[in-house]
Amino acid sequence: MTIPDTSATPVPRDAEPIKAIPVRHPGRWVAIAVIAVLAAMFAHLLLTNSAFQWKFMLQNMFRPPVLWGLFGTVSITILAMIIGVVLGVVVAIARLSNNPILRGTSWAYTWFFRAVPRYVLLIVMGNLGILWPRLEIGVPFDTYLGELFGVQAHWRLFGIETRDLLVGFWVGVLGLALSEAAYMAEIVRAGMLSVDPGQDEAATALGMSRGQALRRVVLPQAMRVIIPPTGNETIAMLKDTSLLIAVPVTRELFFQLSAIGNRTFQVFPMLIAAILWYLFLVSILLVGQYFLEKRFSRGYGRAAQAKMKLEGLAAEHGANPEVP
Amino acid sequence: MSDQARHRAPEDAAGPMVRAENVHKAFGHVKVLRGIDVTVPRGNVCVVLGPSGSGKSTFLRCINHLEKIDAGRIWVDGKLVGYQQKGDKLYELHDKAVAAQRREIGMVFQRFNLFPHMCALENVMEAPTQVKGQSKAEARRRGIELLDRVGLAEKARNYPSQLSGGQQQRVAIARALAMDPKLMLFDEPTSALDPELVGDVLDAMKDLARSGMTMVVVTHEIGFAREVGDQLIFMDDGVVVESGTPRDVLANPQHPRTRDFLSKVL
Repeated sequence: MTIPDTSATPVPRDAEPIKAIPVRHPGRWVAIAVIAVLAAMFAHLLLTNSAFQWKFMLQNMFRPPVLWGLFGTVSITILAMIIGVVLGVVVAIARLSNNPILRGTSWAYTWFFRAVPRYVLLIVMGNLGILWPRLEIGVPFDTYLGELFGVQAHWRLFGIETRDLLVGFWVGVLGLALSEAAYMAEIVRAGMLSVDPGQDEAATALGMSRGQALRRVVLPQAMRVIIPPTGNETIAMLKDTSLLIAVPVTRELFFQLSAIGNRTFQVFPMLIAAILWYLFLVSILLVGQYFLEKRFSRGYGRAAQAKMKLEGLAAEHGANPEVP
Repeated sequence: MSDQARHRAPEDAAGPMVRAENVHKAFGHVKVLRGIDVTVPRGNVCVVLGPSGSGKSTFLRCINHLEKIDAGRIWVDGKLVGYQQKGDKLYELHDKAVAAQRREIGMVFQRFNLFPHMCALENVMEAPTQVKGQSKAEARRRGIELLDRVGLAEKARNYPSQLSGGQQQRVAIARALAMDPKLMLFDEPTSALDPELVGDVLDAMKDLARSGMTMVVVTHEIGFAREVGDQLIFMDDGVVVESGTPRDVLANPQHPRTRDFLSKVL
C-alpha cells in the first residue's frame, strides 16, 4: 500500500443531505379503510344490542364481593407462582443431579403433572374428600403389616379431616402450584442447560461445591433464559385461576362475577366484565414483565453492553476500583 | 494392579509436586490415555506438547480430578488425587474432600471461563470468599494486588465482555492465584487468543514461573517451552513418546513422531 503524502491529514468535507421523494404506500390506505369499516361494524354490534347491559355491568363489576374475589385471584396467582417456582427449581436440580433416584422421581413428577390437564386436576383435588375423608401420616400399609404379624396395628402420627385441609382456597393454590412446578422445572432445566458447561467446570476447579457452583455461577446465568418464560407462566397462571370454579374456590374473580350473572340472569354482561378485568390485570403483568426482562438481560444485549462499557470507563477514570 | 506396594504415596514434603503412574483414561471405547508416567518436581515448569487428540488436555484434567482416571495413580503434593488408600483398599473420596484438593490446584482454561455476571475483581474474589471464607475486605485487597500483578488493576470493575481475550485470560490467571494454589495447570491458555494478545499472557505466566510456582502447561508455544520450561513431555496417541529438558528435546528429538510434529510447528 502506498501513501501519497504523509504530511497531509485528511480533512472531513461537507456534503449536501439527500432530498428524495419517499416511496408511496397505497396498500396502507386501503388497509386503514378496511379496518375502519370493520371497527365501525364491531362498535355497532356492541352498542346497539341491549343484551350487553353496559350500565348494569358497570354497576356490578366493582361490587365488594367482586373486589374480594379479585383480591383472591391475585393472591392465588402470587402464592401458586411462588410455590411453583421454588418447587420447580428443586425438581429441575433433582433432574440434573447425579443421583439416579432423584432423577427418576423428578422425571415422573414432571411427566404426571404435565400430562394431567389443570381443569381435571383441580376437580380431582376438590373431590379428594370422597376418597379419603381423613388424611393421616404414619407407617404405610400399617394395618396390613399388622395382620401379617398378628397384631392390631394402627400406626398413625397425626391426622386431619380432609374437609378441613382441602378448603377451596388452599386446594386451588396447591393444585395450581403442583401443576406449575412441573412446567417451571422444565423452564429452569432449560435455563441451566443453556449455561456453558465451562462455567460449572471453572467453579469446580476453584474448589466450589456443587451447591455453590449452582447458586453462585450457574443459576444467576440461567436467569436470563428463565425469566422471560416465567413471565409468560405468571400471565397464564392468572388466567388459569378462572379454572378454580371447578374446585370450587369462591374467593376468586370469575366465580364471583359468574355468581352475580347467574343470580340476576344477566350472564353476558358479567362475562364481559370478566374479560375487562382479565385484560386489566394481564396488562399490568405485561408492563412488569417488560422491566424484568430488561433487568435480566444485563450485560448481554447490545444496549446493555454499551451501558456497561460506559460504566466501566467511568470506573477506570474514577481510579479507585471498588466492588459494587 | 497387583503390586500394591508400587502405589504407596510418597508422603515426604520434599517429594515431587505431581507424580502420575500408569494413568489410563477412556471415553466409551476410545482410549485417550494409555499409560502415562510423569513426575514434576516442586517449582518446575512442565510443558506438555503434542498433536490435538493426543490426550494432553485430558491428562491435565485428570490431575485435578475433573476427569476420573480408569487405572493408575496420580499424587499431588504427596496426596492421592480423588482416592484414599487404606491398607490394600482404595476408597473413593467424598465430593467435599475432592473439592478441598482442588482448592490447592489452580487451573486456567483455553476458553477463559470467567464468570460473565461478575466484574474482574468479583471473579477473583469469588472463590476466596465463598470457598475459603475469607473476608470481603481481605479478598478485595488481595484481588486488586493480583490484578495489578497481571497488569489489570485499572480493569477491576470491567465485566469479562468488556475485556479483550488476553485481558480475560490474565484475569483468569489472577482468579486461580487468589486461592494460593501450590500447583497451576494451564490448558492451552493462548490457543483462543489473537496473535498480538498472546505475549501479555505468556509474560504473566513467565512471571509466575520465575516466582517458583510449579506449573503444568499444555501449549503449542514452542518459544515459551524453550525459555521457561524445566522439562518437556511430548505426548501422542495417549502415551508419552519422549521427555527431557526442552533444550534437548526441541534441538534433538529422538523419536520420529516428535520430529514430525516439531517440523510442522517450528
